[in-house]
Amino acid sequence: MKPQFDVIIIGAGVTGAALARELSRYRLDVALLDKEADVSFGTSKANSGIIHAGFHSTPGTLKSRLEIAGNRMFNRLSEELEFPFERRGELMVAFTEEEMRILHSFFVQGCENNVPYMELLGRERTLEMEPHLNPDIMGSLHAPTAGIIGPYEYCFALVENAVLNGVQLMLSSKVLKISRRRDHLEVRTENGSALTGRFVINAAGVYSDDMAALLGLKDFRIIPRKGEEYLLDKRVGDLVKRVIFPVPTPISKGMLVIPTVDGPVMVGPTAADIDTKDDLSTTREGLRTVFSHAQKMVPDIRQSDIITSFAGIRPVAEGNDFIIGTTKVKGFINAAGIQSPGLTASPAIAEMICDILLREGLDLDVRPDFDPKRKAITRVRNFIEKRDFNKLDATIKADKEYSKLVCRCENVTEAEILASIKRGHTTLDAIKFETRAGSGRCQAGFCTSRILKIIERETGIPIEKISKKGPGSELFPYPSKKGKP
Amino acid sequence: MTRNVEALVIGAGPGGMEAALALKSSGIESILVIERENAPGGILMQCIHNGFGLHHFKEELTGPEYAERCLEAVKKTDIEVLVNTCALDIIDNGDTKKVIALSEENGMMDIEARVIILAMGCRERNRGNIAIPGSRPAGIMTAGLAQKMSNIYGYLPGKEIVILGSGDIGLIMARRLTWEGARVRAVIEAQPCPGGLNRNIVQCLNDFDIPLYLSHTITNIEGKNRIKKVYVSPIDAEFNPLAKGSFTLECDCLLLSIGLIPENELSLKAGIIMDPVTKGALVNADLMTSVNGVFACGNVLHVHDLVDYVSEESKYCGTRAAMYVKGELKKGREIPVKAGNMVRYLLPRKVRPGEQMLLSLRCIVPMVNASLVIKTDKDVIYTKKYRKIFPSEMQRLPVENIPGDAEYLEVFFDNKKPVAGV
Amino acid sequence: MKKDLICITCPLGCQLEVDYDKSKIIGVTGNTCPRGGAYAEKEIFHPERVVTTTVKISGADPSLLPVKTSGSVPKGLTSKIIEEAFKLEVKAPVRVGDVIIKNVLSTGVDLVATRNL
Repeated sequence: MKPQFDVIIIGAGVTGAALARELSRYRLDVALLDKEADVSFGTSKANSGIIHAGFHSTPGTLKSRLEIAGNRMFNRLSEELEFPFERRGELMVAFTEEEMRILHSFFVQGCENNVPYMELLGRERTLEMEPHLNPDIMGSLHAPTAGIIGPYEYCFALVENAVLNGVQLMLSSKVLKISRRRDHLEVRTENGSALTGRFVINAAGVYSDDMAALLGLKDFRIIPRKGEEYLLDKRVGDLVKRVIFPVPTPISKGMLVIPTVDGPVMVGPTAADIDTKDDLSTTREGLRTVFSHAQKMVPDIRQSDIITSFAGIRPVAEGNDFIIGTTKVKGFINAAGIQSPGLTASPAIAEMICDILLREGLDLDVRPDFDPKRKAITRVRNFIEKRDFNKLDATIKADKEYSKLVCRCENVTEAEILASIKRGHTTLDAIKFETRAGSGRCQAGFCTSRILKIIERETGIPIEKISKKGPGSELFPYPSKKGKP
Repeated sequence: MTRNVEALVIGAGPGGMEAALALKSSGIESILVIERENAPGGILMQCIHNGFGLHHFKEELTGPEYAERCLEAVKKTDIEVLVNTCALDIIDNGDTKKVIALSEENGMMDIEARVIILAMGCRERNRGNIAIPGSRPAGIMTAGLAQKMSNIYGYLPGKEIVILGSGDIGLIMARRLTWEGARVRAVIEAQPCPGGLNRNIVQCLNDFDIPLYLSHTITNIEGKNRIKKVYVSPIDAEFNPLAKGSFTLECDCLLLSIGLIPENELSLKAGIIMDPVTKGALVNADLMTSVNGVFACGNVLHVHDLVDYVSEESKYCGTRAAMYVKGELKKGREIPVKAGNMVRYLLPRKVRPGEQMLLSLRCIVPMVNASLVIKTDKDVIYTKKYRKIFPSEMQRLPVENIPGDAEYLEVFFDNKKPVAGV
Repeated sequence: MKKDLICITCPLGCQLEVDYDKSKIIGVTGNTCPRGGAYAEKEIFHPERVVTTTVKISGADPSLLPVKTSGSVPKGLTSKIIEEAFKLEVKAPVRVGDVIIKNVLSTGVDLVATRNL
């Protein structure tokens, strides 16, 4: 019996999404599954959005190899898929002689990893590049090839393009059982589907060890390591141009000061191993730690500038490297332990898995009708912020829904909300990730009621069923006028 | 679309409408009011409770009734009100200003005006501003959003509700949600005394046996998809949470009523100089901002407790703005008005000697038998005694006879020390 | 008997000290105006409240009409009045002051509209 799918991918975070998009180049039947109500709702929505230069990783590891390769692919990817990407560069800063020596060793490591264009800079040049840095800094390691992206925008773009090119996306499809049959694998999901596939790729993030265990494979364990991040008001968005790193610790790259593509500066993340895989709480200690570290590097950072915070969970594999490869179960391939630099490496991970699939006997016939391009939703916020009113007017004349402002803080119009809904996003979080409506300084106080009404009108989903991030997270679950409350 | 008017008012709440009426009765011909909601009335339309208008209309009205009175007056004139229109930017061209607005009806609008009055009101502080630790589930929102959804659209955010902040919005929502069938488990307040009016403690909390925990805060939020529990702790004098006396409250909704901030996205864009204490524009005695020809009134200038004062201030603002258009505003030396002992903020911060001003101020802490003093560099020119005075009650004082040779004014409370627990 | 009350007649919220017995008020202090005395008597013996709520309205946007009782009603009846309001649906147009329910629950007080829709 021929299985339904050539490849079933479990997990629609950046790893699964990048792979889905890569596989969509070929004449294959691919299914992309995720347990959440939308893609990128796991680790991929709660990370720092950094495309690393590559000097942090130990040479010879999968991490370093795939990170360097992945980094190079982002110019082309961001052009094809129209997600925001800026090669801002990164600085690792040092305060003491000892730290300067460590910078030097990272420089050497970077050379071993083939990281291009690095420089070791003294205090003066560092402060010239980043005037808001602590003047006590002795020097820095500068890697201009590092960049920043919007991680969920990237993931949404990958999935949209994959789906355009024939990949089947299945959401709210938590995998409960995987079985090996004679010549295929069978996957059963929570919503009752039973899928058969020649290959199953385990890209399930924090739950990838659980997925492997469904087949009796217990050779790796995921240690969930939580990171808290704090977003600052975009009015202090010019504090830094580049991603600022301290000298790292053994368990994390440290607490950073990160400019973002949408404006606000982010500080964090913390690194704390936690017990459960779904603990996404921010903490008082986390806040204190982040700010004391961040303020050391950029003294002008203030707690009073915080507009919101969030936490993400890194899927750290024991042994600290990516776990990508075949397993004892034929057809079941791991893409696990994808913590930092997972985002950077994701397109290279996708190519590596394609190589593995090829070796395992999957024919990769290029589709002649593969369309690499994905059109982003036209946004007017840049026009408004840069006072380009001619462009704004032209956009409105082409589509009058752009004259209806929905999110005041981030300048998002109804046209963008409608486009996001058309692309399948009907939760407030997903629409926020796609359009930025609700992510500004009023934190959705103004736009929530408007967005709810628009979703209801466009999709027929009644307001009481519209949720933040899937069933169980409805915002206003009780209509008060329909009978006795 | 391009429009050319003499006066543009941004916001058709009670502030904007009153300012527009004052412009009209001062003889300004073409007046346009733009409003980003789909109906005028401002925040009053969702404030269906009463308590408004005792000063301004000499009767007690609900929010919508107050707004309808203003609107009725506006409808009797040729003042144009354009709804679903949001101002994006202000460009100062010297004698005229240009406002770029997005209008659902007209697309992008270029509105040129001789004078602009900012009356955009305010927005609420949210969880991000106070960084409450914990998870980020559904069910956490500002009291104002819950008020809008329940009173305008008929949806409740939960059935077991905890409210953080005992300002009037939180208290009013405690009653409203109880009347709509929810259970309000508690109101938590960081300060040692309630933020809202005493009458609201009675008719919104005591009437329903809703406990009020003063000097407490929320230290953690639990819940994966929906909030399910909050952790409450007493706090010390430095607002640090104490472990002793902490407890949890199960809930499916947390409403935040933790303060209002003037809505100044537009003012920031326009490069208007802001007052870091009020978070509104810095204005002189004419209520004109640092940009000539741009005035501000109402909640966008500073957060008010009584809409009646908003109306009074906006009427004054409209009158002054009209004088500006007609070239009747005196130019001249302006002297600073300084906030002294026990004054949290005051406005205006500048006044012309020889003229008068309407001074608004708030004290820092509650006091009994307080004495307010206004003096110049030479003499005391005004005093007023208060049996009781609270930070939550804005004081409005007409100050006449400012001497022509004054170098500055200082406003302060002549008190030895504040009395806590009042 | 003595009781401390906060007068809710106006936003001043004067703190009243009320001295009373089983059937009458003996004395009231702390009020800034005579309404405080009247409030104390009512509140001790037959407390009343003004009710504000919303009523469904068809043919209008939004579809909820804010209403209030035209005077105060016995405190014990407030939930029942809210329930009565829940059951209703009125038709636009409605003007401020229009009577939505006359003499609601025989209180002698009407439920009136507070918005033009």
